[in-house]
Amino acid sequence: MALPKWTTIAAVEFDGGVVIGADSRTTSGAYIANRVTDKLTKVTDKIYCCRSGSAADTQAVADIVKYQLNFYEMEMGEEPLVHTAAHTFRELCYDHRDNISAGIIVAGWDKKEGGQVFAVPLGGMVVRQPFAIGGSGSTYLYGYVDSQFKPKMSKEECLPFVANALSLAINRDGSSGGIIRLAAITKDGVERITLTGNQLPKFYEDH
Amino acid sequence: MSSIGTGYDLSASQFSPDGRVFQVEYAQKAVENSGTAIGIRGKDGVVFGVEKLVTSKLYEAGANKRIFNIDRHLGAATAGLLADSRHMVERAREEASNYRSNYGSDIPIRHLVERVSMYVHAHTLYSSLRPFGVGMIVSSYVDNKPELYLIDPSGVSWGYNGCAAGKAKQNAKTEIEKLKMKDMTIRELVKEVAKIIYVVHDEVKDKAFELELSWVGEITGGKHQLVPKDVFIEAEKYAKDSLEESDDSEEEEI
Repeated sequence: MALPKWTTIAAVEFDGGVVIGADSRTTSGAYIANRVTDKLTKVTDKIYCCRSGSAADTQAVADIVKYQLNFYEMEMGEEPLVHTAAHTFRELCYDHRDNISAGIIVAGWDKKEGGQVFAVPLGGMVVRQPFAIGGSGSTYLYGYVDSQFKPKMSKEECLPFVANALSLAINRDGSSGGIIRLAAITKDGVERITLTGNQLPKFYEDH
Repeated sequence: MSSIGTGYDLSASQFSPDGRVFQVEYAQKAVENSGTAIGIRGKDGVVFGVEKLVTSKLYEAGANKRIFNIDRHLGAATAGLLADSRHMVERAREEASNYRSNYGSDIPIRHLVERVSMYVHAHTLYSSLRPFGVGMIVSSYVDNKPELYLIDPSGVSWGYNGCAAGKAKQNAKTEIEKLKMKDMTIRELVKEVAKIIYVVHDEVKDKAFELELSWVGEITGGKHQLVPKDVFIEAEKYAKDSLEESDDSEEEEI
């Protein structure tokens, strides 16, 4: 049984790192196969990816990239750049674009460029962006993010920006739901945050 | 050579009883028959100089160059068998190209040197292969850091502040050691490189030669390229003038 993971994912750059986030719903048709999924997947110590599309495909791609970057780190004697990680994802996603369904956001921190977000959407393109959103829920979000995003936000501003976006998407998109998972990646490592149902940011619908 | 005729020098895949691989040593001898190639690392880049011996007046000027571009940011200068050099350069270009298509960025020079060294080393392991008769010097200037490496026919490679390969490598290294290259710009070094090539050239044994000069650094925007015509002429003039000066002073001493 295929588990297409219609999702909401988001990532924002800030000075010194990135904030990434995702909902936690995995569906198989109308059935919620997992309501507490972790779509924020580690590829190196300081580079994560947000997965959307087929759960099986994106897990397989993330596993392969994780292996390749681990090998790369041993061979080169230093941690790979986020740019390198994004292109490793692109290579797989582009080569197999006709057979897999994977929309991935690669985000993390490296010592050369600091916090970075790269979008690797369905066809296997790669592009760096100050922020990125993805998954079925993201279609409801463009108005919100375009109006609320400000360049050079702090980590403390990025966290509610991502949480609000995900909560809004969860309210509108039937394929997104559950809890919100957030992570902030800086030179010091990863700080993970979970917002459970009662902690989700509220908007007019809930009054 | 006492080793000849003992039968331990016929294959690259066999050690001699005292632990040597003669085929590799013969390959190193092949490099020492070639015109000299040098590389010097300054504070803002790397300069290459090659003494390209011209064995016949019938060759076109500028034929059979021994300075190559491996990638936009990578240069190579070689000493040894030219056909072997070209094969090694081709291999290095493939490595650079593959890295770019996999990772979308320039190959780090240390990584390229490691890959090419492994390939060269593989040619010292099999009875069906001949080692490369090439000493290859590789340079780059990335993130404000100049780097210089030399790959030997045995497959070892080291990083250098200044290095030389070819028939006058000993003299050239002595000359390079006199320079304070860490405090010099490549604009200054290019003249010294030209001078060293002229100083170590043996006028008696090898009559004609062409000077080749290239650099990679701040002023080239990190690209490896042959030095511009005006810089070349200035450097060559400086080299010839300082040679004449030293000739004059020798006469005065008599």
